[in-house]
Amino acid sequence: MAPLAAGVSAWGLMTGVAMVKSGMSVVEALAMTFLVYAGSSQLAAIPLIVAGAPIWVILATGFCVNLRFVVFSLHLRPYLMHLPRWRRLVNGYLTADLTYALFTRRFPAPAEATAQRREQEAYLAGNYGVTWCSWMGASVVGIVLANLIPSAWGLGFAGVLCLIGILASLANTPARLLAAVVAGVAAVAAYAWPLKLNIVAAIATAVLAGFWLEHRLPRSWGRAA
Amino acid sequence: MSAYTDLWTLVVIAGLAGVTLLTRCFFFILDRPWTMPAWAHRALHYAPVAALAGVVAPEVVMQQGHLVATWQDARLFAALVGAALYFWRHSVLLTIAGGMAVYLPLHLGLGW
Repeated sequence: MAPLAAGVSAWGLMTGVAMVKSGMSVVEALAMTFLVYAGSSQLAAIPLIVAGAPIWVILATGFCVNLRFVVFSLHLRPYLMHLPRWRRLVNGYLTADLTYALFTRRFPAPAEATAQRREQEAYLAGNYGVTWCSWMGASVVGIVLANLIPSAWGLGFAGVLCLIGILASLANTPARLLAAVVAGVAAVAAYAWPLKLNIVAAIATAVLAGFWLEHRLPRSWGRAA
Repeated sequence: MSAYTDLWTLVVIAGLAGVTLLTRCFFFILDRPWTMPAWAHRALHYAPVAALAGVVAPEVVMQQGHLVATWQDARLFAALVGAALYFWRHSVLLTIAGGMAVYLPLHLGLGW
């Protein structure tokens, strides 16, 4: 749990600084940290919010960035379905990337007996409890510290670097890497479009390019490295 | 930028919180099991990288709505080094630390 807390804290601290240094007010950054609680979609939304993009473009972008959680939720369903809905929703909302990864590694199969189910839920809650506290504590420190750092230093760029790291981690097959390149080029080419529609164009073009490439690349290229 | 709080941004933030809840709970909100159409499953492979690349690319190569005309821009080098570090070590934190170690001297020292 200690390396988990340290890693999450470092990331939370950086996200807190990057949010404020990208133009969010302290109140907005705090609201984002405590409500949204998803670093990559927070950081991806900020340039769009600052540019005044329409809300549906921002939410659609956040949804796409968060699509990995949709895959996780399919995997977690058998672990949680014995619970009432509100507890499923609380567990789901608080289960971010690292908790999902550690939980499913520790428990490769959903429990059948009540005692094991309790054990699994206890592990899940303990893990996301540590993650939540580390993330929130560090983010708040980052948001406060950011006010002491001059904007001219350009620390908002740490948020862009964080997104580049996440992007590199997701681009783990040649087809996904090509989709990322297509999306980047499309977003730059369509930059002058109104309402930040260049992001929508980038997603649509890259998904279609991915579909098209799937059938033309060697089969092994589509698999995760 | 003078950072003031506006209501519209708070509405967007509430919407993003809803997106977090929806995506993290997607398949266990409803009691009955259900599946996505095949095309949606395939789109899941590409939409996340596409959304991130679509947001990130203009943040790195554009300035005031135009493609950067000079190579003397700290963001270009920091982004390249950050991406290379990720593919070398598979650590997002190293990407941020290494990228900023390139960005800050170029940006603050040379004014790029």
